Amino acid sequence: MKAGANLYVGGGIILLIAVLAIFAPLIAPYDPVTSANLMYAEEPPGAQFWLGTDEQGRDIFSRMVYGARISLFIGLAVQVMNTAIGVSLGLSAGYIGGWWDEMVQGLTNLMLSIPTIVFALALMAILGPGLLSLLIALGMTDWAYSCRISRAQVLTQKSLNYVQSARTMGFGPLHVMFRELLPNIAGPLIVVATMGVGSAIMAEASLSFLGLGVVPPNPSWGGMLSSAREQLMVAPWVAIFPGLALFAAVLGFNLLGDGLRDLLDPHGKGRK
Amino acid sequence: MTETVLDVRDLAISLCDGPTPVAAVEGVNFSINRGEVFGLVGESGCGKSLCALALAGLLKAPMAISGGQILLEGRDLATLPPREMRHLRGNKVSMIFQEPMTALNPLMTVGDQIGEMFVLHRGLTARAARMKAIEALEQVQVSSPERRINAYPHQLSGGMRQRVMIAIALACDPALLIADEPTTALDVTIQAEIVELVLDLCRARGTAVMMISHDLGLVARICNRVAVMYAGQIVEQRSAGDIFTAPAHPYTRGLVDALPRLGRRLERGQERLTEIGGVVPAIRDFPQGCRFAPRCGRVTPECRAAPVSMTDLNKGGRVRCLHHV
Repeated sequence: MKAGANLYVGGGIILLIAVLAIFAPLIAPYDPVTSANLMYAEEPPGAQFWLGTDEQGRDIFSRMVYGARISLFIGLAVQVMNTAIGVSLGLSAGYIGGWWDEMVQGLTNLMLSIPTIVFALALMAILGPGLLSLLIALGMTDWAYSCRISRAQVLTQKSLNYVQSARTMGFGPLHVMFRELLPNIAGPLIVVATMGVGSAIMAEASLSFLGLGVVPPNPSWGGMLSSAREQLMVAPWVAIFPGLALFAAVLGFNLLGDGLRDLLDPHGKGRK
Repeated sequence: MTETVLDVRDLAISLCDGPTPVAAVEGVNFSINRGEVFGLVGESGCGKSLCALALAGLLKAPMAISGGQILLEGRDLATLPPREMRHLRGNKVSMIFQEPMTALNPLMTVGDQIGEMFVLHRGLTARAARMKAIEALEQVQVSSPERRINAYPHQLSGGMRQRVMIAIALACDPALLIADEPTTALDVTIQAEIVELVLDLCRARGTAVMMISHDLGLVARICNRVAVMYAGQIVEQRSAGDIFTAPAHPYTRGLVDALPRLGRRLERGQERLTEIGGVVPAIRDFPQGCRFAPRCGRVTPECRAAPVSMTDLNKGGRVRCLHHV
């Protein structure tokens, strides 16, 4: 693939989803929740309902457009939380070192050894379903990679003279960590965070699929897939389109992440 | 009247990673007066840079100050709490490094990096700090400072970057500037300019300079007094003129003899430069007696028996040798 294509394709997909999410009320032809009408239940895709209707006669396209809001919001918010936690821990562990580093590393290994979704499931079971618990459950369980990467980056950067010279000029540890080091290690972190949005969207869909995420009748892609399960044989479009949306969103963030890596990594510039 | 800025007394720095601490630097005594340029010379690994880091309070584990005092304008830096030490750094003690290529943050404009000093230590606003930064760039003779202030380090040459470093280091009028081999990484033509610049600015401000170098020629030319370090100890401390015309310690003599000088080969009829045989012993293998004994031409059994202390020379200065010239 041509260099930069990842970036544009990924960015294009994300932009499209973002536009749908932001302008959902203008784009969706029907209301995603109250338009239920059993007269039109399980209509195949056609002129009236572009992508068909579900078992309650609600327009799938409208529900998908509104579902994009949830997916995008959860994906971004969760990743902001994960990145904030991971980077703060990794940055301080790498810079301060000693017992703090040992402790953070132990915690990171612990987090890595438990599958994120299992951990999130356990947390959701305690917190109960809902948007806030979803944010907490996903936002605090997937920071191990950004933590590892920021720590490793700090270790290579902190021996460089500019860090030493900032200390020599009397700047405190917080200044050195966030003003000197953070901007210089931001490249790889942006890549990890971007790809993480895809996994966060996937995790949200999984939890909603299991009935622990967004509470019905609010539309979410995972929830739509879950209720489509039973009609998979008679009305496959109920499952196919939200599935495709999910696929496109995750693919979009992964391509964007790949593209950003090629863009930000100076070593990759000469490579094909 | 001369006013002492820095007084280092019996400084010892130890490597504390084993069961017993090992002294990497010990018995270091020197003082620097206001406006004076003091040279610290020695080969790699002799403890020069450790001394510099100790002065700036930046020794990292496993290295730690294990004894002695570092009096800067009367305050002992060796026992100062980290918070107060941080306040002094950049404010009273500043440092310039040998690598101007990496000593600046690559993602900040030089103006911001100079300006930060005024914001941190003088409490100026960003706008006022910017004006001061332009002024500071002007003082280090950077042309069109109003424009250069928005440049990033990669847009500047090595000499320019070192000028920016000097501007940062001298921004808050420190009492002491530690220059750790400031010209090693620069072109020969620029070296002289940079050294002259540092000296001019420091002379004008009365800043004491501690010049760390292994360039004896440079030290001879610009320093008032010089201390020569070997294996963690000062072995000779004299006025700069004396140390090169009449070195007292065999090690200093070796260093001076190893210098190429125009016309000297003809004068002495020798074919090649004299070198000092052997290498500096590792920290854990320092000899019992005189540390230079294994490499010394004048060694006698009593040199190896017990540690040698500093003695005063008749012609001024001090030397750590039983058989000095």
